[in-house]
This record gives sequence, C-alpha cells and structure tokens, in this order.
Amino acid sequence: MTDHTLDSVIAKRYEHGFITDIESDTLPPGLDEQVVRAISLKKNEPQFLLEFRLKAFRQWQTMREPHWAAVDYAPIDYQAISYYSAPKTKKDAPKSLEEVDPKLLATYEKLGVPLHERARLAGVAVDAVFDSVSVATTFKDRLAKAGVLFCPFSEAVKSHPELLERYLGSVVPIGDNFYAALNSAVFTDGSFVYIPKGVRCPMELSTYFRINAANTGQFERTLIIADEGATVSYLEGCTAPMRDENQLHAAVVELIAEQDSSIKYSTVQNWYPGDENGVGGIYNFVTKRGECRGARSKISWTQVETGSAITWKYPSCVLKGDDSVGEFYSVAVANHHQQADTGTKMIHLGKRTKSTIVSKGIAAGKASQSYRGLVTIAKSAAGARNFTQCDSLLMGDQAAAHTYPVVEVKNTSSIIEHEASTSKIGEDQLFYCQQRGLSAEDATNLIVNGFCKNVFNELPMEFAVEAQNLLAVTLEGSVG
Amino acid sequence: MTTCLQIDNLHATVNGKPVLNGLSLHVGLGEVHAIMGPNGAGKSSLSQLLAGKPDYTVTSGSATFMGEDLLNLSIEERACRGLFLGFQYPIEIPGVSNIYLLKAAVNARRKQQGLPEVDAFDFLNLVKAHTEAMKMNDSFLNRGVNEGFSGGEKKRNEILQMLVLEPTLALLDETDSGLDIDALKVVAQGVNSARSPQRSIVLVTHYQRLLDYIVPDHVHVLAHGKIVHSGDASVARELEAKGYDWITETP
Repeated sequence: MTDHTLDSVIAKRYEHGFITDIESDTLPPGLDEQVVRAISLKKNEPQFLLEFRLKAFRQWQTMREPHWAAVDYAPIDYQAISYYSAPKTKKDAPKSLEEVDPKLLATYEKLGVPLHERARLAGVAVDAVFDSVSVATTFKDRLAKAGVLFCPFSEAVKSHPELLERYLGSVVPIGDNFYAALNSAVFTDGSFVYIPKGVRCPMELSTYFRINAANTGQFERTLIIADEGATVSYLEGCTAPMRDENQLHAAVVELIAEQDSSIKYSTVQNWYPGDENGVGGIYNFVTKRGECRGARSKISWTQVETGSAITWKYPSCVLKGDDSVGEFYSVAVANHHQQADTGTKMIHLGKRTKSTIVSKGIAAGKASQSYRGLVTIAKSAAGARNFTQCDSLLMGDQAAAHTYPVVEVKNTSSIIEHEASTSKIGEDQLFYCQQRGLSAEDATNLIVNGFCKNVFNELPMEFAVEAQNLLAVTLEGSVG
Repeated sequence: MTTCLQIDNLHATVNGKPVLNGLSLHVGLGEVHAIMGPNGAGKSSLSQLLAGKPDYTVTSGSATFMGEDLLNLSIEERACRGLFLGFQYPIEIPGVSNIYLLKAAVNARRKQQGLPEVDAFDFLNLVKAHTEAMKMNDSFLNRGVNEGFSGGEKKRNEILQMLVLEPTLALLDETDSGLDIDALKVVAQGVNSARSPQRSIVLVTHYQRLLDYIVPDHVHVLAHGKIVHSGDASVARELEAKGYDWITETP
C-alpha cells in the first residue's frame, strides 16, 4: 500500500479533523479508538498488534492517573496531545547551526558533543531528524553476522512478528499501570533487540531518542530479549532542545533474560528540565521492567537521570529463575524546580536470587528528589539476598530529599541489608577543596562525582565521561 | 629578607563576635614561626581567615602575602599563589580518591602559573616518594580523601599534601593534636624536610611538644585576638614551664 492510498483510507475512516499534513504527517490532538486504529493502520500492523493496542486502550479508559508519587504538576489533558507524528521535512526546523539557540549550543559544547552530532541534536533540518520514528540504527551488518537483531520496533513488527507476539507485554502487561496502558495503546516506535542463544553481542548497542515536534507525546516501546546464554549491553542516551511546552513522555521498556543470559541496560537521561523558574520541561513517566526468566540470568539497570521537569521511573527486576541476579544503580539529579521520584522494585521469586540497589539522589535549588524502592522476597525465594544503599546529597537549603524504602520478606532464610544516608554538601568540604586550589564549581563537581562514584563505575567508559560532564552542566551555579 | 606575610592591626569577627583585635605579624620568607596560645585565643581563626574561609569578616587592618593584598583574593587564588592551610580537622570527601584531589590541586596551581598539566608518570613518582617519607602505605592514595582515616592518618595526609604542593607559605593548624609520639615524629620530620629559604612555615599549636621536633625561628603568643608576646624558641619552653596565665592575664 502506498502512502497515498493509506492516507486516503485513514481519512475515510476518520473524517472529522483528521488532517494529513504531508509535511509532518501528524494526527490532530485527541485520543479515541479511531486514533488507536489509525496508528496501527499507518504502521501497517498485523492483527494481533491492533488487538493488543485496542485492549490496552479500553483498559486505559477505565484507569486513573496515579498520584502517589511525590511530584506535583498541572493536570494533563490527554485529549490535547497528538499521538502520531512521523517526521518528513520540517518547515520550521533550523536550516543550520547559526539558527539554533546559542544557549543550547553552549550546553552541547560543555557536554563535549561532537560537532557533527550537534546539528542532529539541535534538530537542524539537513540531517535525519526524527520524532517518534527511530533513528536509523548503526552497524547492522556486523550485528547481523552475529545473528543479533537490532532494529526500530516498527521494523521488527514486519520482520519478526512471531517474536513480538511471544514477548511483547509479557513483562509489563498492558494494564500494568496508567502510563503503561497508554503506551501500549498508542506507542509509535522504539527499539527491538534479540540476542540468539549463546551469542555475546559484539558491541554496545546504543540509541539516541529525542523529542522534537512540539506538543507531541512520545510513546516509545523497547523490547530486549537475551536468549539462553546470550549477553548484551544496551545504552540509551537522551538530549532535548529548549522547549516551552510541557511534553508528556511515557515509554515502556521490557527486558527478558533467559537462562544464563545477561542484559545490561544503561541510561543517561537529559531531557529539557524546564528553565530556572520551572517553566516548560518534559514530563517523564516511564515503565521499565526486566524479567530474569531463566536460572542464573542477570539484569542490570544503570541510570543517570539529570533531565525532565518530572521524572517518574522505577526500573525493576522480576527474579524468577533460580540464582538470578538483579541490579539497580542510579544517580538522579534534580535542580531548580525539577521533581524526581525514582527508584526500583526487586521481586525475588527464585531460590538464592540476589539483588543490589545503589541509589544516589542529588537535590539542588528548589528541587525535590525521592527514592522509592520495593524489595519483595517471596516464600519461594529461599536463601535470597538483597543489599540496598540509598544516599541523598543536598545542595543549598531549599532542596528536599525523601526516601521511601519498602521491604517485604516472606521467608526466614533470606538476608536483607539496607543502608541510607542524607548529607548536605558541606561548606567545609568546599572550603577544603578550594583551599587546595580548586574553584567552587570544580570543587562541587569533584564532591558530587565522588558521591556518585560507585554508580558511574557501572557505566560503560564513554558513557561515564558523558555522565560526569552532564552532572557538571546540570549543577552549574548551584553552589557559590 | 623578603617579606612573605605581613599582617597589620587586623580586626575580624565571626557571626558578629570579634575574634581578632588588632593582630600584627611579620613573617619573612624562609622563616619558621610558631603561634601559641590558650584555647579560644583566636589561633585557628587566624589561620582560617588567612586561607579565606567565608565565615570571617575583616573589619579593619590589612594582610599581604608576597607583597600582594591577601584579603581581596578568593580562597582558590590564595591557594594557587602558594598559601597552604594544614587543617586541624581535615574533612572527609567520600568517593574522591586522595590522589585525584592531589592531582587536581597540583594542576590548578600549574594552570595559574601558566604551566601545562603535570605528567601522570612524574606525578605518581613524586607522590610516592613523599608517601614513603610520611610512612604512609600507597593504598592511602586510592582511598577516599580522609575517608575512614584515623586522626593520625589525617594529619599525615595534610603534610603529604603540603609536600606535594610545595607552598610558599604553609599554615599548619594544630597539626600535632591527636598524634601519638611516633606519628608526631613523622609529621615533624615531614615539616622539617620542607624547610627552605623559599618557604615560610607558621605552626599554630597549643603545646610546646611539637616545637621539640620543629625548632622555630620565632615564637608568638596569641591571646584575646592579638599577639601579646614574641621571642625566640625559648619562649615556648618558658610557656611550658609557667603556663599561659603570666602572659595573658590582662587583655
């Protein structure tokens, strides 16, 4: 079916207000069953996926937006959001770097983003700019030789529907939560990874997502499957241009680790957090969950969260297989008026399952930062172990840090350890470093990086450097 | 002789409370001075103020360092010009390795002097030589700054930093407190090895004990926020014998 006929079919079904702007190919704001059908049709999806979406949509309609997190924001009008936007050419996109906001370029400079990357990140029209459709993935040939599948989600729909049908929604059920249901109904694209039995993925898989068109909700879907004995490391990095509107982002990431396999998922998230006064910024409501299905499998989440106006995110592990291992390493920074409520869930089901949680929260300015964690040890999880360390660092006297750890243990053979601390970046620490010749800014970075050290150690090398720079930029001007 | 530190009639307050009341002091380059005095005399205030701690407000008087107005410089500018403070209570900085901070400090100073960053190999060799001299295990270098250090280890670490940074003026604030006799000897040896015609050292101490090992050129008695008595090393012995009362009774 060509684009033209596709459009006319959709237009027929959806007569009122469906504007197909050739330039941007965007659905008008609003969400009902027709929109869900239109998305599925536009993407040429098989029947099972349409049903998946419709089921999710119907469930979503019966659900309410959750408000238990320690975040505060104006009500979101879900009917004011456009749920599909495939980029073609951008009329209003900057034509060259000269047209890009210098403040944004200065940030790239400080982050050490390579020149050729800057244009793409800043949304310059000359390059492949993308919205909901995934960027062309790289190194495909090398991966193909190893038998690794790494492609945009929409491509996997066409090439490997059987894998999707088997795994999609098997870790995060469509009705898991309000945002997961919404995502399941309207997701447009994302990434798909499958590592076959016994294969060690020959390179780190990385992808850049970014939010580009104004007022477009972003609903990515990521599915990563490591088959028996497979190993993969996946990097997700994000940057965003300066925008005034609040943008909703509700992604779902599902990880499946079969027997003896290992998945490492690293994120550096730097979406627009709003300006110094808290105006604008991304709302980030994400569901990330991995399931260690097989014995001795391992899933490790590492995240550095510095962006977004609101972060609501709890990458979790379900430890089903005996002797499986779950890890969560997190640095979450909130500055100015940012609000971050993040943490993890470790659900121990299998015998001798092990989990480690290291959470480092940093709050500066008027920001609020919360850690929310749940460790559940089921009766079946004999000999399970958990170690939790959650530390908060406050900068200035207007920032807030909260910790909400919950532990449920249903057997007597398990061991749980929990350490927590809250400290203030000390005048004395700053004075000490400055007395040794460091500027207040450098001293702050040094102290903060020290605080985050055992999380950064978990990041792949080049990501760790990026993360350190990011922290420096994020906390600029918060001390001294 | 070149003047290293010149303080004239310095008055200062902390939280509105006077801590220095007309203090004057002259330290020539290459000299070792000891400032002694009873608790609460203003000894630590003096060294912290000279290093630029923001809590202190200078209400009148002046201080110059190598001919330059010290009081208008930021903390790090003072440090990069060669002023070193050995802290009485060195603070812990978890997760930041000792060697990392040392290198950052050395490079900050080199940057100020227009020099390129120190060669990693040379730096390590230099640090290791000093670590040995201070009878510190190499593993110290990779531990977090003062993290879980004993009192004695913290003090030795301060002297190690001084040796590596090669300051023009070292203010050592109660470096002897909390040290057993063996550690005291090591610290004293470290300080003595740093004596040079190009370096002035000001020891701030309550006890005469340290001065048995580091013999100063001049000893000053600080009381009520100013120097009330000055002399040579014999003053310290006199204080040890007679206590402070005879010298500090009237403000």
